[in-house]
Amino acid sequence: MIINHPLLGPRDAAEFTYLGDAALIHRPDWAAPDALPQFTDYGYLRDNPAGLHRELWFHEGGDRSWLVVTRDTTTHEITSVELARDVARREGRST
Amino acid sequence: MRYSGLRVIKEALTGHKGWGAAWRDPDPQPAYDYVIIGGGGHGLATAYYLAKIYGQKRIAVLEKGWIGGGNVGRNTTIIRSNYLLDGSEPFYEFSLKLWEGLEQDLNYNAMVSQRGILNLIHSDAQRDAFIRRGNAMILNGADADLLTTAQIKERYPFLNTDNARFPIKGGLAQHRGGTVRHDAVAWGYARAADKLGVDIIQNCEVTGFLIEDGVCKGVETSRGTIKAGKVASCVAGSSSRVMAKAGMRLPIESHVLQAFVSEGLKPVLPGVITFGAGHFYCSQSDKGGLVFGGDIDGYNSYAQRGNLPVVEDVCEGGMAIFPMLGRARLLRMWGGIMDMSMDGSPIIDRTHIERLYFNGGWCYGGFKATPASGYVYAHLLAKDEPHPTAIAYRFDRFNRGLMIDEKGMGNQPNLH
Ligand SMILES: Cc1cc2nc3c(=O)[nH]c(=O)nc-3n(C[C@H](O)[C@H](O)[C@H](O)COP(=O)(O)OP(=O)(O)OC[C@H]3O[C@@H](n4cnc5c(N)ncnc54)[C@H](O)[C@@H]3O)c2cc1C
Repeated sequence: MIINHPLLGPRDAAEFTYLGDAALIHRPDWAAPDALPQFTDYGYLRDNPAGLHRELWFHEGGDRSWLVVTRDTTTHEITSVELARDVARREGRST
Repeated sequence: MRYSGLRVIKEALTGHKGWGAAWRDPDPQPAYDYVIIGGGGHGLATAYYLAKIYGQKRIAVLEKGWIGGGNVGRNTTIIRSNYLLDGSEPFYEFSLKLWEGLEQDLNYNAMVSQRGILNLIHSDAQRDAFIRRGNAMILNGADADLLTTAQIKERYPFLNTDNARFPIKGGLAQHRGGTVRHDAVAWGYARAADKLGVDIIQNCEVTGFLIEDGVCKGVETSRGTIKAGKVASCVAGSSSRVMAKAGMRLPIESHVLQAFVSEGLKPVLPGVITFGAGHFYCSQSDKGGLVFGGDIDGYNSYAQRGNLPVVEDVCEGGMAIFPMLGRARLLRMWGGIMDMSMDGSPIIDRTHIERLYFNGGWCYGGFKATPASGYVYAHLLAKDEPHPTAIAYRFDRFNRGLMIDEKGMGNQPNLH
């Protein structure tokens, strides 16, 4: 797989490590009254879809940026790559 | 028909005209007591033990393709019970004992071969960990044997014991481990279950569940609605897809694992060798092919094929420890979809939906579990309580902090 890094251009996926579903950007609020069940879901439950999947990849063997990659889990085709920072800002998780 | 040596001779003399089909090809009935989803090793074994040990009737196994087309027909056939933790070792040892009597029980030649498995040691810390694991195995009634480098050299003279990064400093052997002909496991259970009246229904995909007031009453399939007293999901890599139809999210990610087989060679490798530090393991099939593999690719996948970086990694690991591999040509490579759980251990449990049961999260190690998985799942289905060897495999272990994490990796499925 080739990941088209937004800053560095096309890179071999072997340069990256994989974390998982990009929903992990949305860490629950530790002070919420239902924080415990929320963290159980966050830590352990996954959608695991067959089809389009937004996921976090870390450019460990490169510029060490986190990316959000949209990839089809049935074909491995990658349709979009963004800096995780931009996604987190857009989704209100970071300034 | 009973299979025997005499029968082979008789059929040979009469043109092999009397064998007949090994199982029926029935149309689905409108209702069953038990509907098992998934005709892999685990689903077929569950049906067999439900009928044989627990005396249940009106059982169907629904398979979306053909039986044995999933992971049971794609794995590298290794059986062993060399686990550390109390939640796991009694279960896997129960499984190994069932393997030891399986062929007589099923009247089917599954080529169970206890040729032994060896895990290589490269450092003092690893030796300490393996001694601890060996002791845990022995405490649970399994066998474990710590081998010196000299003993390993004598048995496997072709191993490179002096690799600069990973010199071989010994190994943990389980002599009762080995390999089994994987397809024959599916076929043997199918034939034996069919004989006990189980309907094995192929080309029948489950597309939804009939759930009324929190009770599961049957399934929708590509061959119509089928009512059921109890519904048991057993679909390995497809677990999340199937259970999503019942509105459930699982502590599972699906990942691809690749495997490789070389051209057929004369016997060169007498057992199974695992080089965990180098992400490589190998055995030789009875046909002569070297069967080997390594790590999962590491990203979510339902594609049943992997990518080249892992191919390279596996071959590098192989060449480091097992240089003669470089002289063999690769015949085939393939992939299968692993139900990687959050702690690397399986789940065999009821769900929050009444009469809907779940079996999955087998990661890359569910083949060896096949007999015990079927047995304990049948126990759960028939008695509504867990089998004594499977009490730890609960859904709620994740929110209760009772993970069964053999490798100590945490909730990161691609590291188990
Ligand atoms: C390359 C590779 C190597 C492996 N090596 C080993 C090893 O050496 N030792 C070991 O112990 N384990 C190994 N494993 C793991 C082992 O193969 C699996 O854990 C085990 O086979 C899973 O259980 P199963 O046989 O029931 O799965 P499967 O054979 O995958 O059965 C599941 C079945 O469910 C069916 N299904 C899915 N969705 C539906 C639906 N909606 N309706 C109806 N049916 C459906 C599928 O078609 C499939 O036939 C390996 C796996 C792979 C891929």
